[in-house]
Amino acid sequence: MLAAQIIINALVLGCLYACIAIGFSLVWGVLNVINLIHGSIIVLGAYLAWGAYQSMAISPWYVLPVAVPVFFVFGYLLQRLLLNRVLHAPVLVTLTLTFGLDLILNNAMIYFFKADYRKLTLKPPMGSVSLFHVVVPVDRLIATVLALALTGLLYLLLRHSRIGRAIVAVRLDRDAAILMGVDVRSIYAIAFGIGAALAGCAGVLMALIFPISALTSSSYLDKAFVVCVLGGLGSVSGALAGGLLLALVEGIGSAAIGPAYATTLSFALLIVFLLFRPQGLLGRKGFE
Amino acid sequence: MKRANLALLIVLACVAALPLVGGAYALRLGTMACMYAILALSWNVVGGLAGYPSFATAAFFGFGAYVTGVLLNAGVPLTPSILAAFIGSFVLAGLLGAVLLRLRGHYFAIASLSLVGVLRELANNATDLTGGGMGLNIPLASGSSIMADALFFFYGMWGLLLATALMVIIVSASKLGFGLVCIRQNETAANMIGLNATLYKSIAFGLSACFVAAAGGLYAAWVHYIDPSDVFDILYSVKPIVMTLMGGLGSPLGAACGAFLYLVLEEVVWRNYIQIHSGVLGVLIVALLLLLPHGLVSLRFRNFWRKAKHV
Repeated sequence: MLAAQIIINALVLGCLYACIAIGFSLVWGVLNVINLIHGSIIVLGAYLAWGAYQSMAISPWYVLPVAVPVFFVFGYLLQRLLLNRVLHAPVLVTLTLTFGLDLILNNAMIYFFKADYRKLTLKPPMGSVSLFHVVVPVDRLIATVLALALTGLLYLLLRHSRIGRAIVAVRLDRDAAILMGVDVRSIYAIAFGIGAALAGCAGVLMALIFPISALTSSSYLDKAFVVCVLGGLGSVSGALAGGLLLALVEGIGSAAIGPAYATTLSFALLIVFLLFRPQGLLGRKGFE
Repeated sequence: MKRANLALLIVLACVAALPLVGGAYALRLGTMACMYAILALSWNVVGGLAGYPSFATAAFFGFGAYVTGVLLNAGVPLTPSILAAFIGSFVLAGLLGAVLLRLRGHYFAIASLSLVGVLRELANNATDLTGGGMGLNIPLASGSSIMADALFFFYGMWGLLLATALMVIIVSASKLGFGLVCIRQNETAANMIGLNATLYKSIAFGLSACFVAAAGGLYAAWVHYIDPSDVFDILYSVKPIVMTLMGGLGSPLGAACGAFLYLVLEEVVWRNYIQIHSGVLGVLIVALLLLLPHGLVSLRFRNFWRKAKHV
């Protein structure tokens, strides 16, 4: 039964990891920018959910429709005003710039919300469901379903909307997309906005499960890195595969050799993948 | 090129005269300044010359700190301990470099970034050897006065900085430096004309690691206490990059001056606005990259440093 519980836990966690990584993967794939501010945006989303519940008793899933436009505008403006200026600079410059932005946002959150760990506790608690001795908390289950829904929504957006097709076109071949009349600058900003919106929504869902603090942003970012590299860059299915693989490796690894080594294991896996399969599990050049 | 290197040595000589004018606080700042300059100059070898965006500085800094700390606790004197960190990190970085430097661009950046994470977790988990999360206490090196101690570590760090600067100057004038610049400009072409790119990059990575590790070792002996989240702090990887960008990419003089300037800014912010110091650092980074992308060197030596723009 322990084995089944570990697998189920890993599946639940894997969907959440995919949700954390998917916006990061989109931005990396389309803009070719490693967005180090991603982790802090997730935490900001978590604080939004926490604040709404503490002050107005609004459940996190009702916060999602508000979080999407708010974080989209935030990301859109960030890209338009700052990142756009260095987009064609070398890797080093874009990385360092987003690192600087991350320092600002993270410090602002510590300043306003303090470094104390917060927890969003639903009242009354939602309990858990158990089936054949495998126990899953209901709030975790809801977060997983919503994470899957968000992932599916992005997939549909990229697959069937005009904007989505333009994003995919820019990812495939930027120059050809320009020749076809795609406004690349605005697509970049929209892609970054979508990435930020997904990060914010992921944060809202994380608030249901994990403690909230600005100090946790780097661990979210680390997960996003690993998931992207494992699954393959810039595809929805890749992020899902990477998330599940990471969660399985972490879950089985912590059961086998102890939880202290789970992070080491995931980083080691990351380096192995970078060397031998840099395109990831499901990597292709295109996006969908 | 020659003139800028001469200027670098003159700047270092001026720094050496610091104990004549300052007290214990100035010595502490001077030691930090030398340490930062070592990190920036070392990073410049792999990041500036070879053009590989390495975020592994913190990994080797922490490695050196822990090797030295563990050896000092085992009763080994300071100099052989630091020498062990120096040689050990050169070998480690050379071997890792042969593997990791096959990656390019973002992938190399992420791999080097995760190297820091791997080493930090290993130090965290090897409780018997490193003390784990509780950190490692390091015995006091000498029983002499505070001032003599400060002076000792200042000149130790300064000597290390001088050695790093000489290494950088020798490398940039040698065939190795020329090869690294070729690799930065076009690695495939460099390979084609018979340049052993893997060997060159590995040596560059090793050289950029060993002085950092020695500085980490000296730092550990200086502060007497290290823990994984302190010496494997990712900021040790990012700060040298910011310093080098501040001074001007690819120029040793720029890297050293960037390090000194950065320390001054950091100290001013830290002293006056402790609550928002990392935010101010962020603003500084953003402003620097948007307004002065080629660093301070570009303000006056614009024609001198044409190379820096291609990095």
